[in-house]
Amino acid sequence: MNQFLTFVQKEFYHVFRDKKSLLMLFGVPIAQILLFGFALTNEIKNSSIAIFDFSNDEISRQLVQKISESSYFEVTNLTISTNTPELDIEQVFKKQAAKIALVIPRNFGHELMHQNKAQVQVIADASDPNTANTLVLYASNSIMDFQKERTGISRFPYQITTEMRMLYNPELKGATNFVPGVMALVLSLICVLMTSVSIVREKENGTMEILLVSPFNPLMVVISKAVPYFFLSLVNLTMILILSVYLLDMPMNGSIFLLYFESTLLILTALSMGLLISNVTASQQLAMMISLMGMLLPTLLFSGFMFPLENMPEALQVFANIVPAKWYYIIVKNIMIKGLGITAIWKETLILIGMTSFFTFLSIKKFNVRLT
Amino acid sequence: MKKSDIQSIIRTNNLTKQFGDFYAVHNITFDVKVGEIFGFLGANGAGKTTAMRMLCGLSIPSLGEAKIAGFDVYKQTEEIKKNIGYMSQKFSLYEDLTVSENIEFFGGIYGMKRSVITQKRAELLQKLGLTSEKNSLVGSLPLGWKQKLSFSVAIFHQPAIVFLDEPTGGVDPITRRQFWDLIYDASDNGITVFVTTHYMDEAEYCNRVSMMVDGEIKALDSPAALKRTYNAASMDEVFYGLARSAKRSGD
Repeated sequence: MNQFLTFVQKEFYHVFRDKKSLLMLFGVPIAQILLFGFALTNEIKNSSIAIFDFSNDEISRQLVQKISESSYFEVTNLTISTNTPELDIEQVFKKQAAKIALVIPRNFGHELMHQNKAQVQVIADASDPNTANTLVLYASNSIMDFQKERTGISRFPYQITTEMRMLYNPELKGATNFVPGVMALVLSLICVLMTSVSIVREKENGTMEILLVSPFNPLMVVISKAVPYFFLSLVNLTMILILSVYLLDMPMNGSIFLLYFESTLLILTALSMGLLISNVTASQQLAMMISLMGMLLPTLLFSGFMFPLENMPEALQVFANIVPAKWYYIIVKNIMIKGLGITAIWKETLILIGMTSFFTFLSIKKFNVRLT
Repeated sequence: MKKSDIQSIIRTNNLTKQFGDFYAVHNITFDVKVGEIFGFLGANGAGKTTAMRMLCGLSIPSLGEAKIAGFDVYKQTEEIKKNIGYMSQKFSLYEDLTVSENIEFFGGIYGMKRSVITQKRAELLQKLGLTSEKNSLVGSLPLGWKQKLSFSVAIFHQPAIVFLDEPTGGVDPITRRQFWDLIYDASDNGITVFVTTHYMDEAEYCNRVSMMVDGEIKALDSPAALKRTYNAASMDEVFYGLARSAKRSGD
């Protein structure tokens, strides 16, 4: 036990003296949370819109007014004329003066008043399809709102109103989506990368040989290497949680103990993967490459936090099942946002436990093979 | 325990390591006596490192027997590890740990008590003249000091035998001479020294040397006796004479 503590102490010296790694350990999660929280967001605000009003009557002016009041749009280009619009719209998009254009045709107000039917055209710059989709949706919603305000309820004999409620995330905040993702990403990064690199470093430096000649149990060598990273991961997790709850208003509805338990499972999986990688590689660069390709990339692609799994080809959806982060991501969302307990996520938890045991078993077995 | 077992701290009998149909080490049989400085010589690729790894319990032999400090290399590797020290050809202390921390760490993993470590460490630092450097990172020390420290750390837990794998590679002659003073010192304290080297002047410092060629021991005697047998003026000539017959090329 004493030997074990000596070893763990030495590992902490390594960690705290390596300022670059330390910066990465704590800088990356903070940077990611801040970036995702404030800079990168799916919500679109103040998008430039070009409006071509060829009608220029009372109703059309009210519509323009309505659009420009909306927080989603900022009117950058207002054309009120009777010319053919095509050329102007092209120009606007090409100059990137607007991402979307609203065209109100001639006699808009007249047709609306007398035929109870009028058309407007929404043209979007779809070179960025996601943004275009969202903007078109915002625009048609604004126009519908406008129509509702004008007609009131009395005009129609009956009508169906859709009342929408966005449960668990009423404001459609991006944080609920990416915080669990960042958690999965950071835990994988630290555990796999740092552990594998630190073990391979001992091999490169020749110190591993000295340790293997010593009476210190070789398996304990790797276990005690994992200990500091286990604790650092928990510290990191806590940091991410505090930042996201207090800074990004991420809800924390479920049991914090359950969350830490599930995180421990992911950390253990990642640690044993790190050990596995360190067993089959001899250089730090290679270990780093394999960690990045083998753990970071799948976590980024297949956990579902950046790209919805539902939209992927079936083969990739099946593949995603073997990525531990996918299950962790589901679990964290359920705990933090929906406040669900273990009864709701026992299946995912079991899968994660299965993966943890599998990788732990595999890395220990592999390790023994290497020694004989 | 037979009397011969006590006198011979390393005993091998037809020790063999086979990789596929390649014999890295082939039927080597030799004894090393307690307190002896035993030189283990051979060209690159002759099988020295493989043989040494078997003696240290790092690698299981394919055939033959070996006892280290009375313990069997097949079944009692844990006991062997407790009784040996090891210094590899790569410099193998932690560069990002201080001199003190390195000593403390290696003492610790051999199960030494903290109080004993603290006391012995002070003595060692005094002896090496490193007391003022005890809180410097090992990475900042000159190579010669590192090697001396590395050796001292390898025998810090008072092993019965210390294995040195080309310990003086890349070190200047003066430091090498000082290094050998440390080896003699250890030998005087009853530690058996098993050393591989490429420097033939170092072979002269050993009590006995063995010459390994193509996985086999071709000669084993004291340097003086070897020179007589091969009618050579120096160990260099003995080495060239024997190594010329090698079929394997070095790596």
